[in-house]
Parts: sequence; structure tokens; C-alpha cells
Amino acid sequence: MEETILFELGSVYRENMRIKAYTFGSGEHSACVVGATRGNEVQQVYMCSKLISVFEQLEKRGKINSGRSVMVIPCVNPHSMNIGKRFWAADNTDINRMFPGYDLGETTQRIADGVFRHINDYQYGIQFASFYLQGSFIPHVRMMKTEFEYAELAKDFGLPYVYRRRAKPYDTTTLNYNWQIWGTKAFSVYTNATDRIDEESAAEAVNAVLSFLNKRGIISYDCHEGYISRLIEGHELVNVKAETPGFFVRHANVNARVRQGELLAEITDPYTGKILDKIIAPVNGIVFFHAGQPVIYSNTPLYRIIPTDDLV
Amino acid sequence: MIQTIASVGLPIDETLMIKKNRLVPLKELSGNEKRISIVTGTHGDELEGQYVCYELQRRIRKQYHCLTGIVDIYPALNPLGIDSLTRGIPGFDLDMNRLFPGAENGSMPEYIVSQIIDDLKGSDTVIDIHASNIFLEEIPQVRINELSKDTLVPLARKLNVDYIWIHAAATVLESTLAYSLNMIGTPTLVVEMGVGMRITKKFGDQLVDGIFSLMKELGIWNGEVIEPKEPIISDDGEVMFLNAGSSGVFLPAVEHWKNVRKGDHIGDILNPLTGEINETITSQTDGIVFTLREYPIVSEGSLIARILA
Repeated sequence: MEETILFELGSVYRENMRIKAYTFGSGEHSACVVGATRGNEVQQVYMCSKLISVFEQLEKRGKINSGRSVMVIPCVNPHSMNIGKRFWAADNTDINRMFPGYDLGETTQRIADGVFRHINDYQYGIQFASFYLQGSFIPHVRMMKTEFEYAELAKDFGLPYVYRRRAKPYDTTTLNYNWQIWGTKAFSVYTNATDRIDEESAAEAVNAVLSFLNKRGIISYDCHEGYISRLIEGHELVNVKAETPGFFVRHANVNARVRQGELLAEITDPYTGKILDKIIAPVNGIVFFHAGQPVIYSNTPLYRIIPTDDLV
Repeated sequence: MIQTIASVGLPIDETLMIKKNRLVPLKELSGNEKRISIVTGTHGDELEGQYVCYELQRRIRKQYHCLTGIVDIYPALNPLGIDSLTRGIPGFDLDMNRLFPGAENGSMPEYIVSQIIDDLKGSDTVIDIHASNIFLEEIPQVRINELSKDTLVPLARKLNVDYIWIHAAATVLESTLAYSLNMIGTPTLVVEMGVGMRITKKFGDQLVDGIFSLMKELGIWNGEVIEPKEPIISDDGEVMFLNAGSSGVFLPAVEHWKNVRKGDHIGDILNPLTGEINETITSQTDGIVFTLREYPIVSEGSLIARILA
């Protein structure tokens, strides 16, 4: 294992910010794993630490395949993580909206550049990402529809789903998008936690990465093959929104198979406890996402359901 | 006439409402009146537009008989942000000006911005007033995407600003209010002036003078207006950026909107712990400083100044 500092940002009031990378094996740049780009992505750093631990053991046993190398960058934003801020400590900009970066630009552009220049020639790029809304997902691999995405390859992670959606203009400055444009086969892995550690889904994601790298011939590792992943397109999912604000009392969780007309949740009055609204499943299907916040605005997406009539 | 253009229920006994005030001529409307929309408060820390909204209405009321078209004033597209000194949308930590055109069936922020677009579309001109951020001070200027320059530059010249900056198209900017409206045929000018969390009255007065000038051009106002000043117009090629090469405390040595010569001292980045100068910043060109660092603490990369060569 080689520890290197990819980028260092000077500071007058704090210790310099160092972005560290851990490299295993040698030879071609086969795979790069990036953890937290935001300061609240604790689960994402945790998953990287688990991966680094496994890679270290595999390397000692000669199981990083010859001529292959893997790099893990646990945290791109330690200064924000150390003060509990999601975005950049000084100006609240999002490093994951600054790629490919610019070495003469503003601070977060320089950070993005300082990382991206070291990782833009990897064959495979894997980012442990998080969603802007609080909530839980079925673990999945996510990708944007560009002309460079590799949906079939994503099934090698063995997670239950590969989720693909249309890229929006604001996606064009994310790490995943720029990896794709630079020729790296890029995948974002989502679990059901961000600012807390969820051991079960972390283990599932770590196994998924190891399984993927094993199938791509980068490591030799005897691991669970996982699921035969199903590709779902963003527009196939059915959104269920709250019409009424209040306490969100959830009855259906991720992975649940729900019938049309079934009660998913209730919205109650924060003062009186009176039930203001009942959230009903509009279709038969599997709960892919549910919101996680205890109080909700009106128009808040509460559930995303994968339609299916196979409910047994 | 105050109208609510979008509303969302908040959890605890409150409704978020995006409001506008519509000013119409005294005479009966024919249906052919021109409409100008003044929008601001997308970023909760940008307050310069608040004074403009007030002052514009104060002057219109003084000569209401001169109003011949419709003026829609939207002081706060992000009222929760303004109320809580938050640049983005509180609760989501999202930049509202990266969500347009939004989606009626999307999340709360996406729903709100879709309603804003619905209400603004069809205006003869929209003026979207920004105030830089808390870090930088800007002279009154209009920023125009090069894709829309043929339509927008003639309108911008009426606004009595010092500078019109025609910038290159960038995909990420397609999520802004101005881009979304311009692409559906609603001419939208982005004004930047002043500094975040402050109101610079002289800039506000200057812009209000210009808005009346534009209103007259559009047939919305028939009272006396000023002759707008002739702005400097440039593209990206003439703008030089000065960024900090080290962190520390920035102390400027120049004044905002003043000429500088190549090699002139722009300012120093100080180290308060050691009492040393970490970096001396000099101009790389002859020009005029139209953006200047306001907030003293800087990191490597922080923007110090923009100089129009």
C-alpha cells in the first residue's frame, strides 16, 4: 500500500488540507474509488476505509492481479467534514459541482482539478455518492445517460438495481459525468446512509466493488456474486409525493413489495396528532426510495416505486 | 395588487409563499400592454435588489399617471433564504439558480421554480437582479450569455449600468433562471451589482434610473427619464482574473472601479500569526478593476479581483 498526497491546500488558521490516496498493486491505472466529496458523507468514507483494509490484505497475498493498480481516495473534503458542513467550509460551494476543475480558478475548482488530474486516466471510476434529499435507497449503481455510459457493465457490481437517468445541465460538472467524458467507465454506488454509518449496506457496497473488480480481472477475490442486476430507467419509477405538510409517519420501508391502494405512510398534524393525509401506493411495486426526514413540506417526494405485479 | 404565484406548506403552521406585486396603468387595460418583470432574491444573501424593488415602486407611485404598461415586482424568489441569511434554499442546501426550469411534479424546490417560470414567461423583459455574494463587490453590470447577445445587448444598454459582460455559454448555466427564460423567448437580463448582505443605495438608484429608461423604450412609461450612460461592452477575452495564491487576510491597495496599470499593487495577503506578507498581488494588465474582494479572509484560489483590460 502506498499512501500519497494528491493535493494540499494551504491554510493560515488550520492545518493544511491534505487529500490522500491509497494505491495497491502497480502497472496500468485500472480502477479508482472516490469516497466523500461532501463533508457529511460519513458512510462514504467508512466504506473506503473498509475497502482499503481489504485491499491491503489482498496485496500482501498477491491478489491484486499483475500489472493492475487500484487507487482509493477516501475523502476529497476533509476540512468540511471536520466541521460538520456538507459543502465547502468557506463559501458553501459543492466540490462535486466543480469537475473537471481548474488549476488557476477558485478554491473548490482547484481542489477538483487537484484530484481529477490524478484520476482521469483510470479505466474504471467508482464514486460512493449521496443524494440531496434525506432518505434510504435499495443499494444500487447509478449512472447518467450520456453516450458513454456502460449500463451492462454496471451489472457486474451485483447490486439489485442499475439505475439510469437522463443527465441534466447541472450534472455536467460532477465527477461521474466528467469521468465519462474523459473516457473512464464511471459508476456511482448508492447505499442507504450518508451522515451515519449503516454497517449492512456498507458491507453490501464494499462487496459489490470487490465483486466488480474481481469480474473485471483486477483482483482475485472469492466473494459473493450478488444479484443479477435489473436495469431501471428513471422515468419508469412512480413518484409518490406529499400533498400536505406535517409529521411523516412511515409504514412502508425500502424493499417492501406494496399493493396498489396499500397504506404507505400517514401525515399527521404536528400539534394535534390528527391524521391529515394518508399516503397510498398508486401502483403495485417495490419501494426503491423513501424519504427519511421526520417532518416534511408539501410537494416532498416521499416514495419512489418500481412498478411490478410480482408481489409474492 | 399582491399575488401569490407559488405556495408550499411547511410542516409547522406556516405556508411558504412566493409573492409578486403587479402595478397596472390607471386606465382600463386593453390586453396589449407591455410587461416588465423585476425579480430578485434568488440567493438569500443578495439584498441589493430589495432596495430597487422599493425605490422603483416609490417613484412609480409619485407619477402613477405615467405608467402605460404592467410592472411585476418579485422581491423574494427565495424568501426562506433571505429570512435566514442563507444563500441557497434552507433545508435542501441547494442553489436555486441551478434548478431552473424545474418540474411541476418534482421536489419542493423544483416545483417552486417551475411555478416561477410559468409566471414570468411572456414578459416583454425580465430583469433578474443579483448582488454578487458576500465575498466580492461588483460595479453595476449586465451579464449576457453570448447565445442571447443580439436580443439582449440593445435592452441592456438602456439599463444605465457601467458594464456589459458578454460571457461564453456553459452547459451548467443552462440551469439558471435567465437561460431558461431566454430559451423560451422571454428576454431576461442578469444584473450584478454591489456586494452580498449589503445595500448600496447609489447603485440601486443608478439601476432604477435605468429601469425607467428601459420601461420608456418598451412603452411601459411615458414620464421623463434620464439618458442612460454608455456602458463598456466586452467579452471574456478582455477580462483578467486575479486569484489568491496563498491563504490569509487580504488587504486591498486599490479602489473599486479605478484604473490600474500593469504592475500596479492590487493588495497584499497578510499572515496575522507571523506578521508577514504571504503574497503581494499586482495587476498583470492595464485596465479597470470592476470586481474587488470585499471579504478579507482568503484561501488559495479565492477570487481577488477581475480587471477589464
